[in-house]
Amino acid sequence: MSELIIQLSQWLLTLTQGAEPWDSYARYLPRLMDGVWVTLQLVVVSGIVGFLMAIPIALMRISKSPWLWIFPYCYIFFFRGTPLLVQIFLIYYGLSQFESLRNLGWIWTDVLSQPYWCAIIAFSLNTSAYIAELFRGAILAVPKGEVEAAQSLGISRRKQYQHIILPRAFGIILPAYGNEVILMLKGSALASTITLLDLMGATRGAIARTYMSLEFFLLAGLLYLLLTAVLIGFFRLLENWYNAHQHAINMSLEKVDPQLRDKHLEDNVR
Amino acid sequence: MQWSKKFLTSAVLMASASMIAPAAMSDTIRIATEGAYAPFNFIDSTGKPGGFDVEIAEALCAEMQASCEIVTQDWDGIIPGLRARRYDAIIASMSITEERERVVAFTNPYYSNVLAFIGPAGSEMSTDSESLAGKTIGAQRATIAGQFLEDNLGSVVNVRLYDTQDNAYLDLASGRLDGMLSDKFPAYDWLQTDAGNGFEFKGEDIDIDDKIAIAVRLNDTELKERFNAALEAIVENGTYAEINARYFPFSIY
Repeated sequence: MSELIIQLSQWLLTLTQGAEPWDSYARYLPRLMDGVWVTLQLVVVSGIVGFLMAIPIALMRISKSPWLWIFPYCYIFFFRGTPLLVQIFLIYYGLSQFESLRNLGWIWTDVLSQPYWCAIIAFSLNTSAYIAELFRGAILAVPKGEVEAAQSLGISRRKQYQHIILPRAFGIILPAYGNEVILMLKGSALASTITLLDLMGATRGAIARTYMSLEFFLLAGLLYLLLTAVLIGFFRLLENWYNAHQHAINMSLEKVDPQLRDKHLEDNVR
Repeated sequence: MQWSKKFLTSAVLMASASMIAPAAMSDTIRIATEGAYAPFNFIDSTGKPGGFDVEIAEALCAEMQASCEIVTQDWDGIIPGLRARRYDAIIASMSITEERERVVAFTNPYYSNVLAFIGPAGSEMSTDSESLAGKTIGAQRATIAGQFLEDNLGSVVNVRLYDTQDNAYLDLASGRLDGMLSDKFPAYDWLQTDAGNGFEFKGEDIDIDDKIAIAVRLNDTELKERFNAALEAIVENGTYAEINARYFPFSIY
């Protein structure tokens, strides 16, 4: 144990001593920052695309007609049931095996032959399956009374979904959606396996040249933590704003006009 | 209490002894290879590592009368693994470079490597930097070819770096890469396969004075000397030439 402590402290000293490590940090930090930018793009784009795809998938999934729910059921089963790495390799190395796909013109040259777009496609498909499952649960959890109130007002089913059920469901999934985006951020490190220079790719590039694996992996870990902190903050703000009605319960009752105070409301607060 | 104290002391002593004692003292030498660099090292149909590197490793061990255990390790973690004492030597077609010599010690070289460009057969592809401008060229990450690409052509060509040589071949075959830069001998092997059928060497070989050697930990001088003596012996007694002939019709020493 004492041996380990001595080695650890020696290593900590070598982290900063001499010009050489600092040269390497100065040289590769800008590349790591480029990597952070690529990682952010991957997460934000696939987070939004995945979200938009999830809504129709979830709506089909809750349908009672087997013709409608069978496709999203299989889709969700596949993307939740296979590793993300397998999905990336299938899309990047797998699709490129088909000669006919390579003759599709711009679809091949500008999209499917590019590691960037392959990564976005894989991440979007993967995350949309998870978000669709969140949405399915949330739609079923929208209070029955609200739907019945809408029905009694004669609001059409389409409008019910548009103005009541989906906005309510969004509020319900928000915390879980933030969680899913953070999972996606960490999953995005797999993009480095298809030559993309995301944060992980840039880190592995730096280690390949300097052999300072511990130092650069620590640095990458720190940058991922920072990104996670930013995402957590963003989703906290979004939730406070969107689900403001749930937080209003903290309002002090003393400030409310005494004449408006009623027994029922006070009990509810307690 | 007494017992646990004793136990702790001996555990610390044992741990520190294994830190200090050179690997050569133990009977088994653990040797790492990559297993994705045919024909030098690959995983054969029975799941065991095989290839030129592995046969050289076995011949060296036989010469040293040591028992050896050969393990496989991904390329970009292969030097960290050696430094972390997960094995004692790397015989994985590793080039001697200045950057690596700072962190590991190398034996005498056991073969010499040149780099070569590969491109689609029949296509006109010159390998000077003007004609390569704007092209997408691949190589394996953390290799001499990858470093040569980044250092000499990084500003003119679109460099793609792959985890394994096999993945780079896949993208060459799919047309994502216009060409790739690779060590010549493994590429020679790939060009003989069905997948490599439509491709050929392009331009001149690039001699980068690239010597391939066995890597050991910096302070492991004894093991290094044992490898050097054994290497000299198998070159002299013809074992080396025998192994060479099984893989290439020309000498690579």
